[in-house]
Amino acid sequence: MLAALAAIPVLIAVAVRLSSTVPPGRGPAFLDRITQNGLFVAVTAMLVAVPLFLPLTIGVVAGDTIAGEASLGTLRYLLVAPAGRVRLLLVKYAGALAFCLAAPITVALAGAAIGASLFPIGPVTLLSGDVVQPPEAALRLVLIAAYLAVSLAGLSAIGLFLSTLTVVPVGAMAATVVVSVASQIADQLPQLEWLHPWLFTHYWFGFADVLRQPVLWDSFASNAVLQAGYVAVFGALAYARFVTKDVLS
Amino acid sequence: MSAAGRMAAGLTIETQGLTKRFGRQLAVDNVDLAVPHGAVFGFLGPNGSGKTTTIRMLLGLAAASAGTVSVLGQPMPQRLQEVLPRVGALVEGPAFYPFLSGTANLRRFDAASRQGMPGTRNARVAAALERVGLSHAAGKRVHAYSLGMKQRLGIANALLSPRELLVLDEPTNGLDPQGTREVRSLVRSLAADGATVFVSSHLLAEVEQICTHAAIMSAGRLVAQGPLEELRRGGEMRIRLLTPDAGTACEVLLRLGMAPERGDAGAGISAAGISAAGRHGAVGHEAGTHRAGSAGPDGEVVTAGAAVAARPVDEAAGAGNPQQVLPKPDLPHPEDIVAELVAARVRVRGFSVERESLEERFVALTGEGFDVAQ
Repeated sequence: MLAALAAIPVLIAVAVRLSSTVPPGRGPAFLDRITQNGLFVAVTAMLVAVPLFLPLTIGVVAGDTIAGEASLGTLRYLLVAPAGRVRLLLVKYAGALAFCLAAPITVALAGAAIGASLFPIGPVTLLSGDVVQPPEAALRLVLIAAYLAVSLAGLSAIGLFLSTLTVVPVGAMAATVVVSVASQIADQLPQLEWLHPWLFTHYWFGFADVLRQPVLWDSFASNAVLQAGYVAVFGALAYARFVTKDVLS
Repeated sequence: MSAAGRMAAGLTIETQGLTKRFGRQLAVDNVDLAVPHGAVFGFLGPNGSGKTTTIRMLLGLAAASAGTVSVLGQPMPQRLQEVLPRVGALVEGPAFYPFLSGTANLRRFDAASRQGMPGTRNARVAAALERVGLSHAAGKRVHAYSLGMKQRLGIANALLSPRELLVLDEPTNGLDPQGTREVRSLVRSLAADGATVFVSSHLLAEVEQICTHAAIMSAGRLVAQGPLEELRRGGEMRIRLLTPDAGTACEVLLRLGMAPERGDAGAGISAAGISAAGRHGAVGHEAGTHRAGSAGPDGEVVTAGAAVAARPVDEAAGAGNPQQVLPKPDLPHPEDIVAELVAARVRVRGFSVERESLEERFVALTGEGFDVAQ
């Protein structure tokens, strides 16, 4: 799955390289900057992956945590080992979190690598107009990846909870992805404006703030608080469900 | 098991009023299991009779709707963390990660337990694989294993550390005859080492060979339980008599409270209607015909059966199997039967007493046919 994620920046970079010119203002943001600076491949790829591809991979990983073991039948052997239900849940969530971090970092690294090999690397002009050198720019890429990792923590908790509800991993995976898409749609509807700050996808695109000089930490902080809330609520639900669950598969 | 017996031998597994309800269906109904320490305990029952559900509750995988469970003297599932490391289990068939090797699977399950010492893990995994004869396939991925090999790997998983109790759900499922023999000798050696072995099975011959105790489940209820010998005795006794004076013999047997049926020498069999032994008429016929054929033309076979001492474990069990509640407590001893026959001038050419096999007892308690108990 990480390989699939790494394929996104490669696809973007090769497509841009093969086409003669990119008309400014069309396609994903930053796309027209790639030919001048390869580092923008990473930024563009992360931007493109946020709405669907990243949630999709998180859905697969988080939805599989408990339901996958249950469908294989290995859950009962882990529990009689005994792994301890709370301990198993924590380990599984830690695994999902590790993937949340690995996924955007993979996109960033692959993007930087393919960008550096196909395009020139140079000083980067930030959204605030300041110019930073490539090492500083690479740090900003890591910051974006960290921002996305935090953004996905809430969705992982939702996936973990859904995974305790079923023995069909595909069901939990699909449900997790659907939840993330539904949340993004709700975030688009002005009629639901009162709801927007509570949606876990609300700050997903706020990572542009780390591309300013000085870095604006507001959205990073709000996002972290919101995600922590989702982790607490859905972690508690997953706990309540899993410790009382009859393991019959 | 009697109260005295319960006190004499410690119980490794004890349940009281264990009940599991799924919606409106009662999967396990008021089960009082008593598995003595050091026993090889056969847990019998037709498919769908609640065996695996009971095992899940014993191991803390499912919560009981009512009743209590105690395993190794500790209440379950409250003391699960202390109890389960001392229990090896094979529950409802083996399950593994197909993309990992046999060794890697066992290492993973061992690592899942906090008690699984990492220092000795490799040695213990190798020893367990050796014990079930899988050393040569240890590095193969499990998806390439045959059903029997997976079954062996599942047993190896139960043997990863020294266990005081082994719960083996259908351990010989999918095994070839050699594998079945190996499992039998494995169970015996485990029992010899002092472990209690709880084997669920529907293969009665197997249970008869290795178990010291057994319990029979039917439709969620425990219908019989006790030492194997006692269970067999609980069934009916049949006598087989070879005589030229069949008519007189039948009269004598009837007078003694038995239900004789006559088998003619080579030809057909005139079966007398019998009450308690009705279910087993067919069994008697076949055997009777066979014996008569070899006995010569002047001999005639009379078989007689009666429920000698139907001893259901409790009233509830008896109520569910009405044909068992026909105790004839004053049945004569076999030697007295012969004496009576001879006194009535019946020429006895052959006389044998046959006990019901465990299989017949099982069928008598759980019903016959393909209908899965609901």
